[in-house]
Amino acid sequence: MSEYKGVMVLGEITEGKLAPITIELLGIGRRLANDLGEELSLLLMGGKAGVLAREAIAYGANKVYVAEDSLFDEYNSDTYTQWISNFCQKTMPSILLIGHTDIGCDLAPRLNGRLRGGLAMDAVNLSIDPSTKLLVSTRPIFGGNAYAKVVSRFARPQMATVRTKIFPPAERDDSRQGEIVSVAEKVDPSIIKAKVIDRIKEEFEGVKLEDAEVIVSGGHGIGSAKNFELLWELARLLGGTVGATRRACDEGWVPVTRQIGQSGKVVSPKLYIAVALSGAMSHIVGCLGSKCIVAINKDPEANIFNVAHFGIVADYKEVLPVLIEKFKEQRSP
Amino acid sequence: MHTIVCIKQVPDPEIPPAKFKIDPVAKKVIPPPGVPPVISVYDERAVEAACRLKDKHKGKITVLSLGSEKATDVVRHAISMGADEGYVLQDEAFENLDSFGTAYVLGKAIQKIGGYDLILCGRQAADWGAGQVGSILAEILGLPIITLACDIQVEDKKLKIKRILKDGFEIVEAPTPAVATVSSEIGLPRLPAGVALMLARRKQIPIWKAKDIGADLSELDPSKVHTEITEIFIPTRERKCEMIPGATPAEVATNLVSKLVKLI
Ligand SMILES: Cc1cc2nc3c(=O)[nH]c(=O)nc-3n(C[C@H](O)[C@H](O)[C@H](O)COP(=O)(O)OP(=O)(O)OC[C@H]3O[C@@H](n4cnc5c(N)ncnc54)[C@H](O)[C@@H]3O)c2cc1C
Repeated sequence: MSEYKGVMVLGEITEGKLAPITIELLGIGRRLANDLGEELSLLLMGGKAGVLAREAIAYGANKVYVAEDSLFDEYNSDTYTQWISNFCQKTMPSILLIGHTDIGCDLAPRLNGRLRGGLAMDAVNLSIDPSTKLLVSTRPIFGGNAYAKVVSRFARPQMATVRTKIFPPAERDDSRQGEIVSVAEKVDPSIIKAKVIDRIKEEFEGVKLEDAEVIVSGGHGIGSAKNFELLWELARLLGGTVGATRRACDEGWVPVTRQIGQSGKVVSPKLYIAVALSGAMSHIVGCLGSKCIVAINKDPEANIFNVAHFGIVADYKEVLPVLIEKFKEQRSP
Repeated sequence: MHTIVCIKQVPDPEIPPAKFKIDPVAKKVIPPPGVPPVISVYDERAVEAACRLKDKHKGKITVLSLGSEKATDVVRHAISMGADEGYVLQDEAFENLDSFGTAYVLGKAIQKIGGYDLILCGRQAADWGAGQVGSILAEILGLPIITLACDIQVEDKKLKIKRILKDGFEIVEAPTPAVATVSSEIGLPRLPAGVALMLARRKQIPIWKAKDIGADLSELDPSKVHTEITEIFIPTRERKCEMIPGATPAEVATNLVSKLVKLI
């Protein structure tokens, strides 16, 4: 197994730039590589991947592999799995880090199946065990009610998909030196079985959830799509947007893309107003990064009060309308 | 159209977090007393997806559950929703498997059943939630895999699957047979009718052992596990909630606004 060496990051490119998660992975990857006394490498794929290689070195990569093929510009599960598994069998990284992104969530488990490695999905912490030198990945289990530390003693590569915005971005240092290796192997398009024929971007009213500074989030207790209008009114007033729990999305009151939580979006606004939602851990993990959480719930025992900074035990229908009035008064003195 | 759905029985994930207990030494979760286990949420929606295909194209649904003998309950639940046949895969050798072991056993049973067009799994289990079985299964069977499906259509042996992305959706076309993992966005599962529940209760659910599906026990040897759990823990969080005082909703609202002005 000692023939497997080094930490490799699977890079992602968005709009011609290194994706934020890639810079985060280079940061934590650098730390792991230092702990092992091994190299940190990055794989970049895409028609114009080469122009980003220098920058990746500045972010801490010792080596950047560049696979310049415009077929990689759009993610395809079949080609990526095939090509990256071949590449890993040649380069033999001991650790392979992937973002817990649209691409990573689809690719990592399949790549793991092909490479027969050991994968932990949605890792929120990574470290090297000082005695065994194994990668230890911490990941949520039971919907975030608990966490497990996972290791892979026998299988290689040791893989993890890493949650976004958990690790700080790597610091850039343009004086760093590194090696750029261009990989000539092309992908064989004839292996494609599953083809993406259309992509539909959901148009958001106002700010995106991930960028919002204020989120008014509603749960099953809201009761109807119409009642959600009240949440929208407050959100608009505060320059924010509306999120929801899975139960509210299930009911069709709110588009599914507004779901917050473990299987939805992870947000970290300044203010998160949680209205008529119980605070299941699988929901909470999506908003724990908020600076301030306000809970409005008629059940004083609701779990949301265990994580909120401010709490109001009341029927939201009585509180929200006056709250909107008070904010209006405060905004226009 | 023959769809095979893989379903898992899990401790009810909807118990209040305060009731959730673990045994850190055994690295196990202590099932809440008196709360019966349930079908894993996403797996139930995978059964729903299969039922919608059957509503439209007729055909057959087979469900498979790897677990204890009690897993016959979730198989019966799937049958009451509209599945035709179901099997439980139970063997001492099937205990404590990782994702590779689970996918291997499911793959063996699927090969024994044969003649399928589509295999569905939930996107991840509601308990350990490794989120890998569907993809590894597809690799073992050499089939295309479409993850995070929220709508599945079939036309002329071709699948058209809508899958969920962080910022929207995409439509993927793939030939059958294929594997897909189903996400909750597909919508709520149907409630079985009383008659269906009664018929499901009477249904014979065969239990398949390792030898029945020709599983090679050396594949399941504990020394071959790909991942191991070394520790489980519940993060401690200090409760720091300040309850906003006020005799009327208006007073409460005023008090809250004054707390928040500095923030926004
Ligand atoms: C593997 C897994 C992943 C999951 N992922 C997610 C996820 O990503 N996001 C997510 O949200 N959920 C997720 N869930 C579901 C989660 O476990 C809960 O079921 C869900 O979050 C509950 O939604 P809720 O709080 O809206 O509903 P409930 O739990 O039913 O809570 C409703 C609350 O509203 C209160 N209420 C009712 N009426 C009023 C009123 N008039 N005024 C004030 N309060 C009122 C009630 O007191 C109650 O606390 C996941 C579950 C599993 C098993």
